[in-house]
Amino acid sequence: MTPLALGPWPRVGLVFGGFAVAIWLLAMLERRIGEPVRRFYDSNERWAFPSSFMLFIVGGAAVVPAFSDKVQIELAFIVGVFALLSLGLNVVVGFAGLLDLGYVAFFAIGAYTMGVLSNAGPIQIPWDLSMWQVLPAAVAITLLAGFLLGAPTLRLRGDYLAIVTLGFGEIVRIVAQNLEPVTRGSKGIIGIPPPKVPFEGTPFAVDNPTPFYLTTFAFLLIMILVIRRLNHSRVGRYWAAIREDEVAAEAMGVPTLKYKLWAFAIGASTSGFAGVIYASRVGFISPESFQLITSITILAMVVLGGLGSIAGALVGAAIIQMVPEVLRSLPAQVQDARYLIFGAILVAMMIFRPQGVIPSRRRAAELKGEVMEAGVTAMPGEAPPADVIREPISGEEGT
Amino acid sequence: MPDWGTCLGSELQFRVVGGLSTGSIYALIALGYTLVYGVLQLINFAHSEVFMSGILAGMLFLNVFAGGDQTVAPFLFVVAFLPTMAAAAGVAVALERVAYRPLRRRGASRLAYLISAIGASFFMSNLVLLWRGREFENFPRSIDPAPLFNIGRVPIQTADIVVLIVMVIMMVGLDRFVQRTRTGKGIRAVAQDVETAGLMGVDINRMVTITFVIGGMLAGAAGLLYGLKFGVMRFDIGFLPGIKAFTAAVLGGIGNIRGAMLGGMTLGLMESIGAGCFGNAWKDVIAFVLLVGVLMFRPTGILGEGVGQKA
Repeated sequence: MTPLALGPWPRVGLVFGGFAVAIWLLAMLERRIGEPVRRFYDSNERWAFPSSFMLFIVGGAAVVPAFSDKVQIELAFIVGVFALLSLGLNVVVGFAGLLDLGYVAFFAIGAYTMGVLSNAGPIQIPWDLSMWQVLPAAVAITLLAGFLLGAPTLRLRGDYLAIVTLGFGEIVRIVAQNLEPVTRGSKGIIGIPPPKVPFEGTPFAVDNPTPFYLTTFAFLLIMILVIRRLNHSRVGRYWAAIREDEVAAEAMGVPTLKYKLWAFAIGASTSGFAGVIYASRVGFISPESFQLITSITILAMVVLGGLGSIAGALVGAAIIQMVPEVLRSLPAQVQDARYLIFGAILVAMMIFRPQGVIPSRRRAAELKGEVMEAGVTAMPGEAPPADVIREPISGEEGT
Repeated sequence: MPDWGTCLGSELQFRVVGGLSTGSIYALIALGYTLVYGVLQLINFAHSEVFMSGILAGMLFLNVFAGGDQTVAPFLFVVAFLPTMAAAAGVAVALERVAYRPLRRRGASRLAYLISAIGASFFMSNLVLLWRGREFENFPRSIDPAPLFNIGRVPIQTADIVVLIVMVIMMVGLDRFVQRTRTGKGIRAVAQDVETAGLMGVDINRMVTITFVIGGMLAGAAGLLYGLKFGVMRFDIGFLPGIKAFTAAVLGGIGNIRGAMLGGMTLGLMESIGAGCFGNAWKDVIAFVLLVGVLMFRPTGILGEGVGQKA
């Protein structure tokens, strides 16, 4: 019997209670969060509604297991994993403005680290490591991988980074395919163990997705907090400066390479983190799971939600993961068109609504300025500015 | 451990022939990247799908004439260049109109272009997936696969010769066009300084469209040659040649037309010889490692003119 196999209402109470305790603990431990929370409700009416709304969403997500069947919780778990991924990619693409098209590579590295270090692969290591111990190792390894890939390429223009990361994603997949002594090639690694707990009757059972969901959800909350704080710190302002005009940022004394590298590595380690959780739930990984298509899907999540918007990244992940499930009753033809639609989303969003569904406030202001001053604020090396200037001269195709 | 004696010795001559003919195809695709980069300073990520549409168009055209044995007369293959290049050029122009021009008009950021481009690329390949399905399709055979003659011990196939000849014709033609014609001058002017070119009365939009048309035509020709040489077609077949051709363009010096040719040949050779030394499974990694290496040590490429650096 698992600890969570209670009736539905006690379960709701348990989860809500745990949730309240967690919030309270957080507010106690972190005064800088506790203070504003109190102040929101006291003085700042503008914030009272959105913050209550967020609390409602978070609370609602926390009690999902109480109301759902296993299939739905499993789906919620996958959404959680992808929310972690899109959150991490959002740091790279949305905050720092670096296009990473091989993001799934770090996910794969994290997952394979879990597979190998938990002794599920062909290599046996002398320790018996559980997911909790592999997690920091995997984060360190993906962080390092991010640095190693970023250091040579981040010196160059963004276009190069995009194509190098695209290539890197393929390299990692091909290596996983060919390095049979470590990864067992295309057969994949089977039987990756779930997380261990220090008491009898582990809740992390194959037929019980709830603890995995709640773990992912807790990690997600922590990551949201960390990334939010980073974005609102000096580092986040550096990122915005780099994204908007790298030369100007450099001239203003921003160590651009260093902070680009950090954004890249933080994104990479978040992805590796998600990879570990994913591997330990699914129990089976093979190169097939880490294709380019996944990188593009995550990018579509970030772009749809809104570049640079944390809430956007979460909503984007939820929409893109859940819509296909909702559409399951539709004919197979529509199902197959999923990736076609993702591609169309990327183009259409860039043309019609580059700020995304839930725009970040800072970004929205910038994008607005961009339209108004097009042609005047063009940056060096930027693609040619708007045709505002040129059209009358060329005498054709006036806007 | 690779057997250096074999792969750099007795096998080398076979590898060189294969490398040169694959390299020619890379070079033709690389030209599309380099031309667009020269004019717009942006990597046309969807170019690999323009190439794929070339293979598809060539296959569809030749299928009309192919009998039950999947073969067509060689002269039809020559005729096929016309519709294939036209189709690929059409795809390239449509791509520019839909995915790039609205952004150019708005003066969008570089990131927006890249995202739009990757989205367009994904859209196109999945469109073909929906239409043609997941299976490999046979590209109709038009030329006898038996070797035409031998150089030393190496059999030379007609396809290899055709690929080389077409590549040289296209390359010389393009070079003449860009260097000698009035339109070519306009393209070079836009590549050099888009503002000033506009002020001097060059029609920027027209030049951009022409650039995409030329890039598309070359990619279409490359697609047809790819079909001739490898004989298969599938929705995702453009991806690897596309990314390798980009590597070739960077290797030669992006924005440089002769560099694209040099880079294509170099990459084709290195890949072919490397595959011999490290095994076929690692073949695709070679190009990527080379790309990262070039970007680290000489981002401007072999013939580059200092455009590779940031901003």
